[in-house]
Order: sequence, then structure tokens, then C-alpha cells
Amino acid sequence: MKLTTLIAGAALAFGLATTAFADGHAKTKVGFVFVGPVGDGGWTYEHNKGRLAVEEHFGDKVETVFVESVKEGPDSERVMTQMALNGADLIFTTSFGYMDPTINVAAKFPKVKFEHATGYKQADNVSVYSARFYEGRAIQGHIAGSMTKSNIIGYIASFPIPEVIRGINSAYIHAKKANPDVEFKIIWAYTWFDPAKEADAAKVLIEQGADVILQHTDSTAPQAAAQDAGNVITFGQASDMSQYGPLPRVSSIIDDWAPYYIARTQAVMDGTWTSTSTWDGIGAGMVGIGEISDAVPADIKAEALAMKASLADGSYHAFTGPLNKADGSVWLADGETANDGDLAGMGFYVEGITAEIPK
Amino acid sequence: MDLSAINPIILIAALISAATPILLAATGELVAERAGVLNLGVEGMMITGAVCGFIISVNTGSPALGFIMAAVGGAALSLLFAFLTQVALANQVASGLALTLFGLGISSLMGQNYVGIKPPRLPDVNFGPLADIPVLGPILFSHDPIVYVGLLILAGVWATLKYTRAGLVLRAVGENHDAAHALGYKVKRIRTLAIMFGGACAGMGGAYISLIRVPQWTEGMTAGVGWIALALVVFASWKPWRVLLGAYLFGGITQLQLNLQGAGVAIPVEYLAMSPYVVTIIVLVILSADKSRAPGSLGRIFHASQ
Repeated sequence: MKLTTLIAGAALAFGLATTAFADGHAKTKVGFVFVGPVGDGGWTYEHNKGRLAVEEHFGDKVETVFVESVKEGPDSERVMTQMALNGADLIFTTSFGYMDPTINVAAKFPKVKFEHATGYKQADNVSVYSARFYEGRAIQGHIAGSMTKSNIIGYIASFPIPEVIRGINSAYIHAKKANPDVEFKIIWAYTWFDPAKEADAAKVLIEQGADVILQHTDSTAPQAAAQDAGNVITFGQASDMSQYGPLPRVSSIIDDWAPYYIARTQAVMDGTWTSTSTWDGIGAGMVGIGEISDAVPADIKAEALAMKASLADGSYHAFTGPLNKADGSVWLADGETANDGDLAGMGFYVEGITAEIPK
Repeated sequence: MDLSAINPIILIAALISAATPILLAATGELVAERAGVLNLGVEGMMITGAVCGFIISVNTGSPALGFIMAAVGGAALSLLFAFLTQVALANQVASGLALTLFGLGISSLMGQNYVGIKPPRLPDVNFGPLADIPVLGPILFSHDPIVYVGLLILAGVWATLKYTRAGLVLRAVGENHDAAHALGYKVKRIRTLAIMFGGACAGMGGAYISLIRVPQWTEGMTAGVGWIALALVVFASWKPWRVLLGAYLFGGITQLQLNLQGAGVAIPVEYLAMSPYVVTIIVLVILSADKSRAPGSLGRIFHASQ
């Protein structure tokens, strides 16, 4: 919790005290629970951009509140409860670890609508939404596999959840297609946001020969470490991170939550909100691919853009068979594509990745 | 598994650098606690130092000046704590926690325009031919100046506490402030100075993260290092050399576990991830079997009339 949190809390309490006797609420109140600081330059930064877009779109008709750097677990339950008590109509909880707390709090406040990002548990008043980041990872994997000279790609992973494992698999499959000799070194940081640790992990991977660093953590620290080392390429995560381009950052996955947040807020205003499960990708615009910099050779860039186009129009699926699981068993037959259920609960590596997934 | 990918020389050099922020912050806190002050605001002072150092370095182009101002910034914030606990006689635990919250808040406010900027780099110390010695050269003689400053501060603190009159007075204030007061020592003045020293060290430790280890400014970037430093002081039984051991152990195992993960060692990652905490605690607890105890007046409020 931070000063901003305290001020937000105080403002909330004050707002409640002064408006409690007004006739209901004229404004729709939208709450956001963030896992990192809004200035992380990555994941939370983009969610906050979505929040600001909601404010801009609806102007006076909406009021937004947010609490940043909320730890996953019991603390988040407290924050959500407080938001609901203070009259929020719609609450977005924006990290995987908020899943059970969201379900718990939602059960206590049946009239408040909840939206949980990247999870899979729904309820009458809990929707889930996520983006098909693995489509972006496929493009990253292709560029990474095509550009690596040491054939070692470093991957800074956060927590062993389906979302992260999907990303690793998708990147690996496409790196392998571009370069059969490619090898992945994976470090689990067990944090979404810890710049010093992320920088250390990046340095270790570079030290061990990686010349491409993929990250599934939220800060820009690995970018800075790669820049320091030189001759290493990286990709922006969640946000464009273009300040590190054209090298080391050669492209990025950008999360664009604004249209979804605006649509869901509108649904609450209209009274048409229902519990849904949304999973959009490049085609729907929820996943953006940041500009591919000039450091990428033109032919590789063209291939990447072609892949982006085929993922967007649905003619190509990032998980298309033949694919085996790491234990050698068959997962997808030739030409078969993965179904969403398999993807949502993915708990295995594809064949070729030698590491073990932490349990 | 491919252990040959791990280079032990680079690993040791990296651990010395990784341990420096913890070492600096813990050394400062050790002095404050030996004077009888429990300051839980280390994290807040570190992050404030991190942002102060960053802002000054970026604007002046001088990382050295940045580090000095980081120390000043940390000390300035600690003055707030000194005022609350020494003048207003507020509870030290609550004041320290408040200082952390305040430090995190004010640093993100101050740093808003500095996200995504690259700070000037502090060059490594040039030891000339010493750096070319095999093995020892890269481990001992290839660091930035702050690594050595940290070690010098620690050695200075140890020597001062052990051999000088000033150190004796400081310890007396920490052990029994009433007796020290009766002997005519200015308890509050000494404690305020100790608090400021702690703030300055924590500030430099924070700046080490934002200027050298990461190097960039991101909100909340110290991510709990201050709390580790705080715990380290206790587990090190308030003894300077054990703080050094603890900091290097913690930094070293953190580096080692990342290296082992990268090399694909078949130890479950969860055990690797928790190993720095577990090993550091076990080693220091075993060492503290010699009946070392906390300073007698630690955390107690002093007023001359009581």
C-alpha cells in the first residue's frame, strides 16, 4: 500500500460520507485492483491506460477508483471488499492471483459486477476476460528463433500458471520452426514485478549465452540489462517499451484493454451486463504487436507480419499440430488446432523443452 | 543440466554487487539499532534514496553526486522519523511503518517524469594491473566504487563501535539510555545522529539499485530489500561482520539459484527460490548461539523526566 492508496482510500471514505444521502448514484463507479504500480511501464500501466480511457469516454457519467500494488491473496480480498462497500458498481481485478478472492467477494456482493482478468472461474456476477497473448508470443518466437546466433533464448517467467506456460510453448514452437537448433533457458522469478530480480535474471541468462531475452514479468528492467550487455534482443511485454528501441527492444506485445473496459462499463450503465468469458486476440485488437524495429532484417520482419495477418484473420492458429507434449505423448494430430479448454488449463510443455514445470 | 554454463568467477563478482544494497541498508540500520532505535522505515528511506539519486544523476550527469544526494535524501527522510520518535515521543514501530509508506508514496510522486530514462553510468574503479590477476582480479578488483564504499563503511562502523569512545557512548545509549543520560550523554542527539546515519546508508543502498543494478527508475523498485536488510540485522545479532556474511550469503544464493535455474538443474524451482532466505536464516541462527542479545533499550522511548 502506498500514499496514493491511502489518499484514494480517504477520498473514497469521504466520498461515501458525503454522497450517501444523495439519491442513489448518478455516476457509475468503476473500481480497479492493480497488482503493480501504475508506473511499472508494463502490465499495470496498460490496465491503467484502459481505466483512463473509460474516464475520458464517459466523462462525468463515470467515476473510477483504483488501488495499486495490491498483493495477490488475502490482502486483495480486503481491497475488493472495501471498494464494494464504498459503492463500486463494477470492479476489474487485473491479476491471475486475484481469482479466488474475486469469487469470494463477489459472493458477498451479488449486486456488484466483477471482471477478473486472466482467470477461469466465473459466477453470476463475475466475468472473466483475457487476451490471447500466445498469438503475440508466436510472432516473438519466430523473430527470436530467426535472429539468435547463439541458438540460446532466455525466458524470464513469473509464476507457473497456464497463461505463462502457454506463452513459453507458443514462443518455443515458433522459434523451433524458424531454427531447429534453438534451445530455451527458463528462469522462474516468482514475482510479477521486482526490477532488481528481473535484471539479475536477465544478466544470468545473458551470461549463460542467451542473445534473446523474452520476459513474462512486468518491469522494463530486463530491457535495461540487455541494453547494457549489447548484442541482445528483447521484446516489450504488455506495454510497448519503445524507449528501449530499436535495440534491444525489437518488437512488443501490447495489451489494449480500453475497448473492453468501455464496453463493459457501458453494459453496466445500460443494465445489460451479463457474466461472460472473453478471450480476444490480435484479430479483435486486444493484443497489439508493437512496431518491429529496423534491427530486424526485412525478410524476417515480412514473415512476422505475414504471421500476424494470418493469426488475425483466423487462417492460422498458434497451436497447430502435429504437436507432442514434453513426455512424448501426442497432443495434436497433423493439422489439428488446440481447443480453448486445453489452452486455458495448459499445464505441460511441448516436446523439445527439456526443463520441468514447477508444481 | 549443464553446470559448465555457470562461471564461478562471474558468479562471485555478481554476488558482491547484488549484496551491496542490502549491506549498505543493514549497516545503517545496525548503527541505529545499536543506539536503541528500531527504525522500520528502511524500505521507505531506500526508495527515497533511489529516486533522489536517480533524479540528481540524470540532471547533473554525475552519478557520484547522485549517490551523495541519495544519502542526503535518505537522511532527510529519516529526520522525519527522528522528529516523531525523539521529539514527539511517538511509537517507533508505528513511526517506522509510516515512514515506509510515506517514502514509497513520495518517491513515486517525485519519480513520475523519470520513468524510462537511462541514468549516467558510474565507471568501475580502475585498479590497473590488479584487475588482471587471474581469479582474484575479476572478483575483487572489477567493481564500481560504491561496492568498496559499502565495505569501508561497514569496516568503519565495526572499528568505531569496538575501539572508539564514540562507539562506546553509542552502545551505552542503546543498552541503557537512563544510565547514559545520568552520565551526561545527550541521548536524543546521539540517537538522532544514528538515525540520520541509518537513513544516509539506506539512501545510498537504494540508489545502488536505481543507478547501478537495474539501472532505471521504476516505482516501488526496491521491492522489499529494506525488509530483508532489517531482518538481517536481527539475525546477525547486531554484529557488523555477521551482517556482511548474511548479505553476501543472501546475495550469493540468490545469484546461484538463478544460475542453477538457467542451467536447468533438476532441483525443483520452488526450493531454489526459497533457498536464499532459508540458508541465510539457518546460518545466522546457528552463529547467534553465542547468547548475543538485542541492545537493552531497543525500541524504547526515552524522555529525561521518566
